[in-house]
Amino acid sequence: MLNVLAETATGEMLEGLKAIGAGLGYGLAAIGPGIGIGTVVGNAISSMARQPESAGMVRTTMFLGIAFTEALALIGFVVFILLLP
Amino acid sequence: MSAASTSLDAPEVSIARDLARRALFISPIFLLIGVAIDGVGGLISSGLALALVAFNFFLGAKIISRAIAISLNTLYGAVLFGYLIRLGLMAVAVLIVRNADWFATVPFAITLLITHLGLLIWETKHVSLSLAFPGVMPAKPSTDNFQE
Repeated sequence: MLNVLAETATGEMLEGLKAIGAGLGYGLAAIGPGIGIGTVVGNAISSMARQPESAGMVRTTMFLGIAFTEALALIGFVVFILLLP
Repeated sequence: MSAASTSLDAPEVSIARDLARRALFISPIFLLIGVAIDGVGGLISSGLALALVAFNFFLGAKIISRAIAISLNTLYGAVLFGYLIRLGLMAVAVLIVRNADWFATVPFAITLLITHLGLLIWETKHVSLSLAFPGVMPAKPSTDNFQE
């Protein structure tokens, strides 16, 4: 009886640890892209303020830069989906 | 930055539209891969991933084009909070459907990652060509000829 309970508790604990790991992984994976997007947008704003006439090109490059940086977060998102119990 | 520069032809919105058009163009390949991996469930999961990628691009573009009309400071805040909101929306969308019988994780994950990166690389190539050689940039359809 105790053995059965112990096995159940271990299984539940494993599920819980998996869920915690998935959430932590997703959160940690979002930190890097967050910093990257901040850098991209900060530099884009700086260049738009210095040269407003080049704003169109800067916005294009900024949007693509944001999307590329976000791909890293998507990798974390996929890991999150795969780890979810 | 004036509000006039955030018209319907905002660069990020036109890029997002272009990305969605390209996603539509390559969607049969990923839908077939989904079918090959997990049947009808894979097909729907791949379709969901394609829709999420296109929605993500569009929402990001709309947030930028709205925020830039207000001020550059608003742009900074909107992009960063928009990033969090978009990630949260994607997580919610998946958490809602992940327990459904038809949801297949592998086709969804493959389509999500490859489509996002592949479309971006494709679009970047197009934009780089346009910036390097403005003469070969795709021409916008003219509306002046309708008057004649």
